[in-house]
This record gives sequence, C-alpha cells and structure tokens, in this order.
Amino acid sequence: MNYSWDWLIFLQPSITGEGAYGYLLLRGLLWTLAISSLSWVLAVAIAAAVGIARTLDFVVLRFLAATYVNIFRNIPLLVQLFLWYFVVPELLPTAWGTAIKRMDPLLNQYFTVVVGLTLYTAAKASEHIRSGIESVSAGQKQAGRSLGLTTAQSYRYVILPQAMRIVIPPMTSDFLNVFKNSSVALTIGLLELAGATYQLSEFSAQPFEFFAAATLIYMMITYTVILLMRAVERCTRIAGSLGAAS
Amino acid sequence: MKNGDDMIEIKNVSKWYGDFKVLDDCSAVVSKGEVVVVCGPSGSGKSTLMKTVNGLEPVQQGEIRVADTVVTDRKTRLTALRSRVGMVFQHFELFPHLNVLDNLVLAQTKVLKRPLAEARERAMLLLRRVDMEAFSEKFPGNLSGGQQQRVAVARSLAMDPMVMLFDEPTSALDPEMVGEVLEVMMQLAREGMTMIVVTHEMGFARKVSNRVIFMDRGRIVEDCPKDDFFERRDERSERARDFLDKILQH
Repeated sequence: MNYSWDWLIFLQPSITGEGAYGYLLLRGLLWTLAISSLSWVLAVAIAAAVGIARTLDFVVLRFLAATYVNIFRNIPLLVQLFLWYFVVPELLPTAWGTAIKRMDPLLNQYFTVVVGLTLYTAAKASEHIRSGIESVSAGQKQAGRSLGLTTAQSYRYVILPQAMRIVIPPMTSDFLNVFKNSSVALTIGLLELAGATYQLSEFSAQPFEFFAAATLIYMMITYTVILLMRAVERCTRIAGSLGAAS
Repeated sequence: MKNGDDMIEIKNVSKWYGDFKVLDDCSAVVSKGEVVVVCGPSGSGKSTLMKTVNGLEPVQQGEIRVADTVVTDRKTRLTALRSRVGMVFQHFELFPHLNVLDNLVLAQTKVLKRPLAEARERAMLLLRRVDMEAFSEKFPGNLSGGQQQRVAVARSLAMDPMVMLFDEPTSALDPEMVGEVLEVMMQLAREGMTMIVVTHEMGFARKVSNRVIFMDRGRIVEDCPKDDFFERRDERSERARDFLDKILQH
C-alpha cells in the first residue's frame, strides 16, 4: 500500500479556510455531544413516563403508550429522521412549515435530529423501564398496597427505587446507542463527528488519520459513559443484595 | 351490622380466575380479639380468601366487611382500610432498598401522616418488642429470615392495625427460626389482637387459636372451635381427617 501517513494534518489549515482540520473535527465532536446529551435527557424523561404508563391499570393510557412504542421502535431511525426533516414540515399548517424552513438551517437540522433521536431512543428505553418495573416482585407491590400506600406512593417509594437499579445495565446500552446513532445527522447535512470525519478526509486526502481519530473519540466517549454508569450502579447498590457491581 | 363484636364478616364470597373458581361461596365471621387459623391443602384458596379481606384480591360475588367498612363496595377507599389491616407475607416483603427503621417509618409518615420523630419513636418501640432494636440501621438483605419476618410484623403493627393477617408466615423459614416468629405471634394473640393466620403450624393452631377453618378446593369445609377440630376427629369431614392425618403424622 502506498499511503503516506501525516499525523500533523490536524494542525494544518483546511482548504475551505474555516480553520485547522483539528478544529473542524473538534467542532464535529461538539455537535455529537450537543445532539446526544439533549436527546438522552429528553429520552429518559419520555421513556420513564411511557414505561410507567404501560404498567398502570389505565387501559387508555396503556394503549397510547404501547402505540407510541410500537411505531417508533419499529421504523428505522434513518427513515424517521427523513420523515421529520422532509415530510412533517409539509404536513404542518403552511405558516408553521414556512417558519421551520426559514429557521437558521443549522438549528433546524439540530432540532430535527434531536426530535428524531429522542423519540426513537425513548421508545426503546421505555421498554427497559417497563420490564424493570415488571421485574419488581408481585409481593413487593402487594406489601406496598397492604400498608395503605396509594398507587403513586407505591411507585415512588417502593417500585421505582428498585426498578431504577434493575434498569441501569440495559439503560447503559441505550445511552451508548444515542452517541452512536447521532451519526445519522450527517444524512440531513449536520456535520457532527462522523459527518465531519467523512468530509475532512475528502478535503485533506488523508482519510486514515481522520477515521482513526474518529474511532478513538467514539471509543473514548462510550468508555466514559460505561465508567459513569458503573459508578452510578455502585453508588446505588443495596446493602445485602447481589449486584453486578459488587 | 348485627353484632358489635364482629370484626370481619365474609358473606357468600365467590371468585373466579377465568373459568377456575378459586373461592366457592365462602362465609365466615371473625370476632374482635379472635385468632382464627386457616388451613388446607395448597391451592385450596386459603391465601386468596385472606387477601380478599383487605381488598388485595377483588371478588366477583358476595360481601366482605371489616369493622364498619364494606370492602366489596366500589366506593370504599381501600387505601384507608388497608392501613388499618396489617398483613404479613410468606416471603416477608420488607423493602430491600430501605433500612429496617425506614421500612417501619415509610407508611407511618406517608399514609398516616405522622411526624417523622413520632414515627421513629413508634418504630423503635415496636422493634424493641420483636427484639430487633439493635438492627434498626441494617438492611433487610443482611438479616436472617426469622429476623426479617419479625421486622415485617413490627412494620404492620406500626400502623396500629385493628386486624392482622398472616399468610404462611413461617413457611419460608429455616426450621430453627420458626419458633422466634411464632413467639411474636403468640404474644400478639395474648394481647388481644384479632388475627387470621394461614399456616400449617398445627402446634400454633392448638396452642393459640380459637377457631380453625379448613378449606378445600375453594370451599370452607370446616369452621369450628379448635378443640373440636383437633380432638373430635370422628365428627370431621373426610377431607379434613385426611389432611390432619398427613400433617400430624410427623
């Protein structure tokens, strides 16, 4: 193979004149972090609400929650993103659609990705929360009720504190997936880490260095998440119980 | 209400799980201060019948009354009733994420709205009674089965119940721990607590109970004073005699 490595490429100015290649890659990383962190926070909130709704005795609520999960879990993320970006603005009242189209394109792309990624992630995570709640034993639920706790009190003081600990490992993989899935943003033109890597490797004609760097950065992000979630698991471990973090 | 002494009245109660009839026209009355032991082969509906008393198991037919509350009335606020009907489970069901003291304090503060200090004081008093005072800061996972069950009894008592329901309270215990739990229950009975106890501990039934209810296939087959149940065997039904023979053999 006749490839001349040049690790100093990151310090050289880009041919677009926007700054050094390394700076542009960093900008991509910041977009990845901005998309993923906002999507994750929103997704956890929605997933908790939907996951709880699916375990309640309210038929209507359960049906709505199940419908949401089945729709958003079963359509590929990329298709969902295209729907939000290309189709939904056309279906909205004309004034709204026009307002969206007149938005700053970068912000428009950012919020579209966040909406798509949030709803997709929340649908999957809500299933983890639901199964966590269901795996708290029937006896615990009866014990709460037999003491006179209301449904809301049972959830808050008895069921959720236990379910939360059960769902930490599966939620860790949801958290990791948010970072990896955020790369779909490049398909609607938002140059987050993957998109920036792809573009800069073309501009610089040094693709190996850029993809090597991107790989390392993704691994560092996900490993940080893993360490963080492990710490959470350790801190919330119940004395006298067996846990993965013991 | 006919009789001021009636604490629990179960009238013609039937319950189905799908096509399967778990409770078949059950009727019984428990007076204030009475200790009633419910026994019978597994799957005979003992636990189910007991759980209908605090509405944990809804019924399709019949009426259940606890003191002045009609449990089977749709308008009844079951949470208020349940806070006054203590329940002890086969598998203890202490809340594993709370320490012993908080297990006793939680429902006192959230349901009865007791101030925290008062709830703690009451909790410590009851832990002393079941001889678990020294373990108030421990978590349930670090206690033996017998210790957990004694804490569970104290947790129920903290709500000042008018009735205590025991669902096979010693069945999940190692043999050497059965005694300490039965001891706590006997003390309660002596103090005049109204109790329904589902158990196979015939020694306890003989020593402490006033009455024995024997169930088979969802029906109440026998409901008689304990002396009649154990001593006048020839008057018992075949099913009950058969059951007693098996259980008293050892």
